[in-house]
Amino acid sequence: MAERLREKLNILADAAKYDVSCSSSGSDRKNTKGGLGNGHQSGICHTYTEDGRCVSLLKILLTNHCIFDCAYCVSRRSNDIERAAFTVDEVVELTMNFYRRNYIEGLFLSSGIFKNADFTMERLLRVVKKLRLEENYNGYIHLKTIPGASDELITAAGLYADRMSINLEMPTETGLKLLAPEKSHQDVIKPLAFVKNQIIQFKEEKKLIKSVPKFVPAGQSTQMVVGATAETDKEIMYTAANFYKNFSLKRVYYSGYIPISNDSRMPILGTQPPLLRENRLYQTDWLMRFYGFDVRELLNDGNPHLDTDIDPKLSWALRNMQNFPVDINTADYQMILRVPGIGVGSAQKIVQARKFGKLYIHQLKKIGIAYNRAKHFISCADSPYQLKDYQSHQIKDFILAESQSKYLKTPPNQLLLF
Amino acid sequence: MIYIFDNSLEGLLTAVFEWFERKPPSKVAIVPKNNYQPNAFTKSFEVLTDSAKANRVWKGLAQRLGRPGIRKIYCCYLSERLEVYQDIFDFCIYIFQHQAGTEKNYGNAPVLSLTQTARKVEREKHRMEAFIRFQKTADGMFYCGIDPDFNVIPLLINHFKNRYANQQWVIYDIKRHYGIFYNLQTVAEIKLDNTINLLKKTNQHLLDEQENLYANLWKDYFNRTNIVARKNTKLHTQQVPKRYWKYLTEKL
Ligand code: SF4
Repeated sequence: MAERLREKLNILADAAKYDVSCSSSGSDRKNTKGGLGNGHQSGICHTYTEDGRCVSLLKILLTNHCIFDCAYCVSRRSNDIERAAFTVDEVVELTMNFYRRNYIEGLFLSSGIFKNADFTMERLLRVVKKLRLEENYNGYIHLKTIPGASDELITAAGLYADRMSINLEMPTETGLKLLAPEKSHQDVIKPLAFVKNQIIQFKEEKKLIKSVPKFVPAGQSTQMVVGATAETDKEIMYTAANFYKNFSLKRVYYSGYIPISNDSRMPILGTQPPLLRENRLYQTDWLMRFYGFDVRELLNDGNPHLDTDIDPKLSWALRNMQNFPVDINTADYQMILRVPGIGVGSAQKIVQARKFGKLYIHQLKKIGIAYNRAKHFISCADSPYQLKDYQSHQIKDFILAESQSKYLKTPPNQLLLF
Repeated sequence: MIYIFDNSLEGLLTAVFEWFERKPPSKVAIVPKNNYQPNAFTKSFEVLTDSAKANRVWKGLAQRLGRPGIRKIYCCYLSERLEVYQDIFDFCIYIFQHQAGTEKNYGNAPVLSLTQTARKVEREKHRMEAFIRFQKTADGMFYCGIDPDFNVIPLLINHFKNRYANQQWVIYDIKRHYGIFYNLQTVAEIKLDNTINLLKKTNQHLLDEQENLYANLWKDYFNRTNIVARKNTKLHTQQVPKRYWKYLTEKL
């Protein structure tokens, strides 16, 4: 019994790991009287895998049986692998016992599609209902929306889940058609739009009637596989920007393709996953969401790919030297945020602190900006007088020379997100 | 001038009160009693902890700084760092002497230093919320020992009480020899006898019979969810500093 459970967990955790989202943030679900668990606004990573990804949720498939044959997926029906399926009770027991020991923030439940969409969605729904209604469980639940499931089932699921997601998989329709001819972006767009509208509607009703339940309080997310097909960074990020806007997504995830077969349409087995590229895409995503950049400033026809040797914020600055130097003591917050070497936290501290008097270099350093990088783009109370204006490429060389020792010693697959 | 206080937060706040009563002309160094070494050249003054005075100072701070501000001070106090007492003392005086909003003057040394220390304490609190691994004992209790750098247990009470409302649990600081116990109603401070002061209980008959099963399932899960092709050891040890590995069931 215990042995079979271990086998199933091995198979179904292994198959679920390519979904990179593990976020447990954004839910303010409270514990109920005598219940177990609650949401944590910013989420908690309970541990990290050796590849540096946060482990917050028990991420498993209900089953890896699937009637589809998507080329990029280990669970595709033509793949000769061991198959398994959890029972509803097994998933509930695992979740409760892991949660009670503080191993996890909650459950991320996905599934291969067996029989049909509604049949699969209905099983997922049974798990979350049992957790919420019978076990009094109020921890985090991230549930996969199964493309093609009925509106009724999706609505029912949304009443119990904190987050729902459905993956675009390939950044463009052409890419998707190439690898998964049975699928189309439309299958994803329809349920995303439906859930988005339901979220809005429930919120409106809740304003009038307090007892209206929460509906997907942590919002929706999606994932794109990067590097399986030939999209440019521009195509990827324009799709992302579009989906953020049209479906009010909380997150878009970018997952560097890890070769899983010798299918000639994709990179062959043993090819390194494009981790640097993935990293640059995440940086671009952050610049869009937290730094007030428009995607068109970062990627456009002139620059369809992100630089590999420097991060996108520095690239943008070097292409737009006419905006610099920025005077730390007078510039507005938005502009300070755009200085390479200054993050959100430091920018906020700077605008608070300068109300009390002009800021000097030593104070900026203490506040925590990366001064050696930022110095090329700012002036403050005691900035040294500069005789000549350096050209972009010279500044780039200075910065690269300086960071050489620090960053380039690590092999290219050992990256930090920021 | 040296002010000697009894190590408590109340004592420290009383010292602030006394300073405003006296307004000594020279800079005051504040020293906890157990660190005080009499010195022939500097005058000293022993602060007698007085909760009424401490309360007035605390209320005054709360009014000026709001909840996040006084939490910052409390966190710094819990850091137990020697230099932090001076920072808190200077900071309080600075706050009362300036107009509202001055706590945001990060150009001022004590302001910035308190902010940074508080952030470290909050980070460790957050890490404890993440890295605590309960073991279920034979009598149905969930136990975990910890040995944090800072005295974060007081900051953990709310989180664990709200979340684990329907199970009994104990979190025990084996370094500071005290812990908290939740009995399904309230959280109380406890002291265990020294023989069971452990991070983990190793004695099998003290554990629930399913404890090993779930610990193993969790280890399996942890190994399976890793993607070997993406291995990044540097990032990994930065996220889970080695000193916490001993807490983690999945790392044992
Ligand atoms: S439908 Fe989902 S599980 Fe099935 S093969 Fe495609 S991606 Fe994999």
